[in-house]
Amino acid sequence: MKRIVIHEEYCIGCRLCEVHCLVQHSESHDIIRAFRTERNSIMPRLTIEESGPVSFALQCRQCEEPACLEACISGAMHRDPETGAVMCDESRCVGCWMCIMVCPTGAIQQNLLGNRIASKCDLCYGADMPACVANCPNEALTYEEI
Amino acid sequence: MRIVIVGNSATAVGAVETIRQHDQASTITIVSEEPHGIYSRPMLDHYLGGEIDAARLNYRPSDFYVTHNVQPLLADRVSSINPEAHTVNTESGQVLSYDKLLLATGGQPIVPPMNGLDTGGVFSFTRLDDARAIEQAFSERSVQNAIVVGGGMIGMKVTDALCHRGLKVTLAELAPRILSAAMDEIGASIMTEVLLNGGVEVLTGNTVSEIHSEDGWISSVTMKDGSEKACDLLVFGIGVRPNAGLARDAGIEVNRGIVVDRYMCTSAPDVYAAGDVAEAYDLVVDMNRTVAIWPNAYRQGAIAGAHMVGIEEPDQGGVAMNAVQAFGIPAMAIGNGNVEQEGYSILADENKRNHRYKKLVFDEKNHLVGAILVGDINRAGIYTGLIRAKLDLSECKDSLLSDHFGLLSLPGSYRKHVVRGLGIEV
Repeated sequence: MKRIVIHEEYCIGCRLCEVHCLVQHSESHDIIRAFRTERNSIMPRLTIEESGPVSFALQCRQCEEPACLEACISGAMHRDPETGAVMCDESRCVGCWMCIMVCPTGAIQQNLLGNRIASKCDLCYGADMPACVANCPNEALTYEEI
Repeated sequence: MRIVIVGNSATAVGAVETIRQHDQASTITIVSEEPHGIYSRPMLDHYLGGEIDAARLNYRPSDFYVTHNVQPLLADRVSSINPEAHTVNTESGQVLSYDKLLLATGGQPIVPPMNGLDTGGVFSFTRLDDARAIEQAFSERSVQNAIVVGGGMIGMKVTDALCHRGLKVTLAELAPRILSAAMDEIGASIMTEVLLNGGVEVLTGNTVSEIHSEDGWISSVTMKDGSEKACDLLVFGIGVRPNAGLARDAGIEVNRGIVVDRYMCTSAPDVYAAGDVAEAYDLVVDMNRTVAIWPNAYRQGAIAGAHMVGIEEPDQGGVAMNAVQAFGIPAMAIGNGNVEQEGYSILADENKRNHRYKKLVFDEKNHLVGAILVGDINRAGIYTGLIRAKLDLSECKDSLLSDHFGLLSLPGSYRKHVVRGLGIEV
């Protein structure tokens, strides 16, 4: 399956990936509206790590044997039958945080903006190219068949 | 191949999903004494609290048995196993032959012996029928005052759920503090305060010793200290003990749980055990023990299933861990966060007013062996990953509790290993 590959040596910490992730997961898909009116109900699905000159954007790593999948008590964490991607069905999630407790990269976040749910990268479900990769100006993120 | 699985929860699902990845031909029969399809036990408190409806308890889609070609034999109980003949007998009189047998019989709720256990309004809390019976009590009568026996993770969850339903709850714990197994004193004291702020009465060093009733329904209890408490609901949330009677009767080696190797094989040929009933490898304490948690149950089931179809991938071991929330404050205990031992060192950061606490425990080799987190559980899994990795963290110990803690706080080699993606390193 296709996975997002991080090239931390190319990351300049511009946070465009974060901006476009948020817009992608907004209802309006409009950058102004997403930030002005939807900001309190949506959150980016990636985490930017930064320390001195080193930075990178971290999304779900799509593990071969996902710890979140075996820890999930609700069945919300599942593999998409078509793409094989690890996905969280937010309508089934109860926010028990078991997945957060076991994800070795810390790529899953608490979404407390509405119902308590686990929030993670969905590879921009259905898109040919995830928004973070498409909008990275320095190819610090690539989308590759691995 | 004929595969028989006794049990119908996470372990069974882990086994079935793994078997079917590799083998479509074998027959799989699931025997379960409960009449229900697959549901999630750890979600029962969410159901009891009114957060989700019964449909959301489904851990897998309702056509799971069909899509995975499983023959369910529900509302029947395995009465005996004959390892020599490779058969199991059920109470309904069926004799099932197996080539491979998985015992995923889970745990039985611990209920201390006392007078009045058969009174109406007294429940344990491990099964859907328990939750439904409590639900029915709510609809049939006005239930106002509940006593929850057991101040561990289960007792906490039940307490939180009953508070959600508007009940006045008393939590009784025999140990000197709640969460005595999972949490240290500071973590437990913060969670105690969270409960007290929520209106819960917390009794420690005390438990119920006798149940009194009026017209067949619980009316009060006598506590160990001799005091009397009026109540109209009692829930035991002490925990579970391995349901290993079947294996013991069949001559299979049992300590506290059924003894298994790294492939979940028991002492009897072609008989596996996994989940809450099994005494499997725990990588933190470096020995086998029973740890009744969902992730272990699923993973062990998957390992047993894989071995059945000829894939020998030994269990790397489990880490005892649990997560609980009370009144919106999350708490986690991972590994040996509550163990003080010579040579161990501790890093801790405490902010009681904000109900926040973080504690990391390292062994003499500077390997992380445990973590306790209250309030801020962000990126907790990185700690779990470090516990599993058994990495020397002496270089970066001090940054592990920083507010900016993340993968960048960790040694470069480990970070790159994780960041490149598990299984996709180049």
